[in-house]
Amino acid sequence: MNPAGQLVLNAIRFEYESAAWTLAVPTLTLGSEPLCAIIGPNGSGKSTLLKVAAGLLRPAAGEARWQGRRVADYSRRTLAQQVGYLPQECPVLFDYTVEQVVSMGRHAHGGVLELTTPGDRAAVDRALADVRLMDYRQRRLSQLSGGERRRAWLAAALAQEPAILLLDEPTQALDVHQAAAMMEILTARAAEGLRVVAVLHDLNLAALFCPRLVLLAGGAVVADGPPAELLTPDRLRAVYGDKLDVVPHPRSGQPLVLAATS
Amino acid sequence: MKRNQIILLGGLSLLCLLLLPWVGPERLSLRGLLAWGGDWTADQIIFVQLRLTRVVLGLLAGGALAMSGATLQVLFRNPLAEPWTLGVAGGASLGAFIARLCPICWWAWGPFHSGQLLALLGAAGALLLVGAVARRAGGAGTPALLLAGITLSVVCGGAIMMISGFVSPWKLAEFQRWLLGGLDAASWGDVAALLLLVVPGGAILLALARHYNPLALGEDMAAGQGVDVAAVRCWTAIGAGVAAAGVAAVAGPIGFIGLLAPHAVRRLVGPDMRRVVPASFLLGGSLLAACDALGRWAAAPLEMPVGALTAVLGGPVFLWLLARR
Repeated sequence: MNPAGQLVLNAIRFEYESAAWTLAVPTLTLGSEPLCAIIGPNGSGKSTLLKVAAGLLRPAAGEARWQGRRVADYSRRTLAQQVGYLPQECPVLFDYTVEQVVSMGRHAHGGVLELTTPGDRAAVDRALADVRLMDYRQRRLSQLSGGERRRAWLAAALAQEPAILLLDEPTQALDVHQAAAMMEILTARAAEGLRVVAVLHDLNLAALFCPRLVLLAGGAVVADGPPAELLTPDRLRAVYGDKLDVVPHPRSGQPLVLAATS
Repeated sequence: MKRNQIILLGGLSLLCLLLLPWVGPERLSLRGLLAWGGDWTADQIIFVQLRLTRVVLGLLAGGALAMSGATLQVLFRNPLAEPWTLGVAGGASLGAFIARLCPICWWAWGPFHSGQLLALLGAAGALLLVGAVARRAGGAGTPALLLAGITLSVVCGGAIMMISGFVSPWKLAEFQRWLLGGLDAASWGDVAALLLLVVPGGAILLALARHYNPLALGEDMAAGQGVDVAAVRCWTAIGAGVAAAGVAAVAGPIGFIGLLAPHAVRRLVGPDMRRVVPASFLLGGSLLAACDALGRWAAAPLEMPVGALTAVLGGPVFLWLLARR
């Protein structure tokens, strides 16, 4: 039923004990295009959806399937070799170096002794080069700026070399140029075959870089499609309220969403 | 370079093993020690039966406490966690004390005795209680964890004091170690009893060491990188609890070694837990054996309990780390 390399969510229902809303997704296939953004207002269930897809949260009903097999039936190690997940927050306990953090991305590929193989080293080097932190390998996390830290986390996820990578707000708290640079890294990796699904807060970034957007509101998928079709003023106003305007991007023509005064 | 530092720490432990048995109130002569044939000389008895047992016990107990501390810090996401500040040492000591005190609770089966069993129960109870309190008070990384743990330590110490009130005074000296922790009156039987719990506990923690780095980046990150977070956390609690209970069952509540050693080790070899766990064992052991030797030597011919020394040395470090956070 499921083509290879696709993460399929089937009749998912998930509710938090405290929250008033329920995440309910009848069916959603992720990984069918290189880059896909999950968008929606705060508290619409974006992170929860991603965690269910990554197997971190077990839904009350329904299931997530990777390559036809239930995500819950994989061992974490086997799943992590194919499905990568990068959380929104990484509360570090110790002051690791950049290289140590990125090497942790190879955890799922290591054996019991976790000896570093040439393959591990190559993956770490490539990831560090991609995020332009080559010269920062020996820096400690405490010496990095917020943006550099984000890039280090991304490098760890890239070094993991999964088939599909689920990212929760990878561009959070980044400046415009840094966010665009990060999306370009993901675009380049996607061109080589990696499938990327990212929760994005920034609608314009999503529209500019992702051929497919999934719009969530109140725990339900309200729209799914390319940005030009999906980001219409009417639909966005229904979800985000009426204090916004949609204009075309001066160069790409993709829709841009701007805040507006009433 | 970092491998060398671990070899260096191993050398330090070896040095402790060779040199520390010489420290103590009675002066030992090399001639008396090397006398051959016939009965054991007094020097040989003191060296092998009294001093060497204490040094070996100190190396193993300190190592177990340090490993337990290093891993509990990751488990509870709190760099100030260790068996004493979590109340695990206190709970286990209370169990061991009760087992020793009332004859109906005391039985032994080879090196395994009811003191260890009740210590294990005490450690498990403390871990569950402190974990539950911290969870309700907003998460394991919060100060609530330490408040709960230290409160539990004090409560267990108070309970041991209260029960001691019913013990005849001449018997009390024997029980002093359950109040502060001590390695005096150690026998090779105690070493066997310690090994019985420290070996499996330590083996579990060493086997899990490679999972602690991803776990130190947060549970979600670790899960994304392929760590079975629930299983690793559960086995860590078991390994660290068993190791700490093993120590408390023979030596009472020795505090702060589990804090001092991992922090010093991280400065030496960096934060990589695959090195920190074994290196903590080596340094923690040397540290405790050295503290015990200091306690034997400083007040000779009297003795300072080693737990008092580690508290006086480790307490200020704890406060300094607390203030720096």
